Amino acid sequence: MAGPRHDDVSGSDRPPPPGANEQSAAEAPVGPLSYGRFGGPPTSDLPPGAPPLAHWIDARLPVLSYLRREYVEYPTPRNLNHLWNFGAFITVTLVLMILTGLFLALNYEPSVAGAFASVEAIDRQLPSGWLLRSIHMAGATLFFAALYVHIFRSLYYGSYKRPRELLWLTGMLLMFMVMATAFFGYVLPWGQMSFWGASVIVSAVSAVPLLGHALAALLQGGAILGDVAIHRFFVLHFLLGFAIAGVVGLHVLALHVTGSNNPAGIEARGPGDTLPFHPYYTSKDGLGLVVFLLIYAALVFFAPGWLTEADNYLPADPAVTPAEIRPEWYFSPFFAILRAVPSRSGGVLLAGLSVLLLCLMPWLDRSPVRSARYRPVYRPMVIVLAMAFLTLLAAGLHPPNGIWLLLSRIAAGCWFGFFVLLPFVHRIETPRTLPGQLAVADPA
Amino acid sequence: MTLPDRRRKRAWRRGLVLLPIVAAGLAPAAAGAQEAPPANHWSFSGPLGRFDRPSLQRGYAVYAHVCSACHSMRALRYGDLRGLGLTEEQVRLLAEGKPDAPLPAPFPDADAARAANNGALPPDLSRIAATLPGGADAIVAILTGYRSSRPVAPGQYDNPFVPGGRIAMPPPLHAGQVSFTDGTKADPDRMARDVASFLAWSASPHLEQRHRLGVRVLFYGIVLLVLTFMLKRKVWRDVR
Repeated sequence: MAGPRHDDVSGSDRPPPPGANEQSAAEAPVGPLSYGRFGGPPTSDLPPGAPPLAHWIDARLPVLSYLRREYVEYPTPRNLNHLWNFGAFITVTLVLMILTGLFLALNYEPSVAGAFASVEAIDRQLPSGWLLRSIHMAGATLFFAALYVHIFRSLYYGSYKRPRELLWLTGMLLMFMVMATAFFGYVLPWGQMSFWGASVIVSAVSAVPLLGHALAALLQGGAILGDVAIHRFFVLHFLLGFAIAGVVGLHVLALHVTGSNNPAGIEARGPGDTLPFHPYYTSKDGLGLVVFLLIYAALVFFAPGWLTEADNYLPADPAVTPAEIRPEWYFSPFFAILRAVPSRSGGVLLAGLSVLLLCLMPWLDRSPVRSARYRPVYRPMVIVLAMAFLTLLAAGLHPPNGIWLLLSRIAAGCWFGFFVLLPFVHRIETPRTLPGQLAVADPA
Repeated sequence: MTLPDRRRKRAWRRGLVLLPIVAAGLAPAAAGAQEAPPANHWSFSGPLGRFDRPSLQRGYAVYAHVCSACHSMRALRYGDLRGLGLTEEQVRLLAEGKPDAPLPAPFPDADAARAANNGALPPDLSRIAATLPGGADAIVAILTGYRSSRPVAPGQYDNPFVPGGRIAMPPPLHAGQVSFTDGTKADPDRMARDVASFLAWSASPHLEQRHRLGVRVLFYGIVLLVLTFMLKRKVWRDVR
């Protein structure tokens, strides 16, 4: 049983597990052969009380001990609030999206002639098709809602800071992938908004300096958005769903290296500061999840049309430009920035920059203090940033004139101002005294 | 500049200037002369709404005898009419033994439809109650709101409930045009209401299942919420 692998987790003084005599200390190899590789006896990292079959499996494929280490024993700061539930919400939504998406894909036809009719057939004739599609559509909205809360939670509590830079960057990568997936997915029903929304986006992509035209041509795949584009968008949408699942795996892997940040933003210092993930955070995430799923169900069953454009039930017609082309609400903040700028390529550039700047957070913010709680200057700034985001969201859903244009310009100014000022904040800011341990920071 | 480029640029500009939606098939003209449709009471509105089956069936009769002369409902198949409360036998009779067959379209394509209708395209009605601003109320208002049965211009009728106040569709409903098998008197108001119900059903055919299932799911979720809340409290009780 002895070996460097489990020494750091549980110590080497455990009795051998029942039914695993070949793993006795006398026979255990040392050094490079301790994984049972090249003839060494198989060893299991499960506690002795586990069933023999579990030991047998874990000695050959250590998934059980991995799950146990990362989702049962995983030491978690004791003071996480419900904003830390949103990662779980996103994961569950992703699973629902992939499952419903698989069944939708089985019945979808990626062609100009067949796309709209196949979606109608899913909705009307496929048994429970309307339910699958409704779950998939509401899922897009809830995915973004949870994602944006998750990101603002990280900004507020400084979860992007050293040593969590790669955790933050994998998260940013996920956001871009989710945005691309949502765009491709929205085009697939081939309604009026699908077609004209795609036209606006392809046009925006073509305004990107240098690479723009090549990228737009690659997306469109022809003189006009048609069969080639639908087929490409379908494949990309399908592929990206699974790619996102893969990057979520990396994101969680990175999270479990450093451990979770917490509302106090100081590292957990010992057993008194942490609780095992199970049952404490499985029960807390579980409670949050039930609330989240209740909201999800309310949307699916009682307001399915609330967050979709009715115009997308008109088949795409390249000859009829709709009077109004509006993005889905989750792209609205960036659409508002794009329209706030009088120049088209300038607007595209700034809209792109508004998201890219977020990726630089770990390096723009030079303060060693993480949580906004203890940062009297950063705290109002990050609140203004969130307000600017919500203002841009509302502005993107309204006509860009009068008060909404003015508001979108002010909010865009606040958004970019945040990133311009951020590198200098630590010079003028006197952080409040940090607590020594988490139990003091957030008494239960 | 190529044509798609110009279209895209136009889409871009239109995206910047938001205007009220002009429904396809209604005479496109400057907005301003349009009146808001009066609100009706509908059994299917609200979060627990249900359809009035006899009204749906009469509405289908109006569609089949009047509207379907010009308007298609391409997304519907005969089998979908089970949702109106029709029996298998009734569906089989209507479908002439082919319940998977789509409802027949009056014209093979848009060009043929335009050619037969003075250049105007009668819109497909599968989702009209969702895509027409005002929904079922607007359908009733348009069908019964003609100021005159005579055209004010060739192929143009005076109707205050469409954008521009002009519509290419002649007044479609006349008393006694349809004889309802349930004995209801087929006056134009009744027919307009019934066909609007039918079109509202067609725009969200699973509304009733959705509401029924939704109530059960929410009930289940609330019970689960109470249990998970108690579990969480119990687990966290010893954390000091």
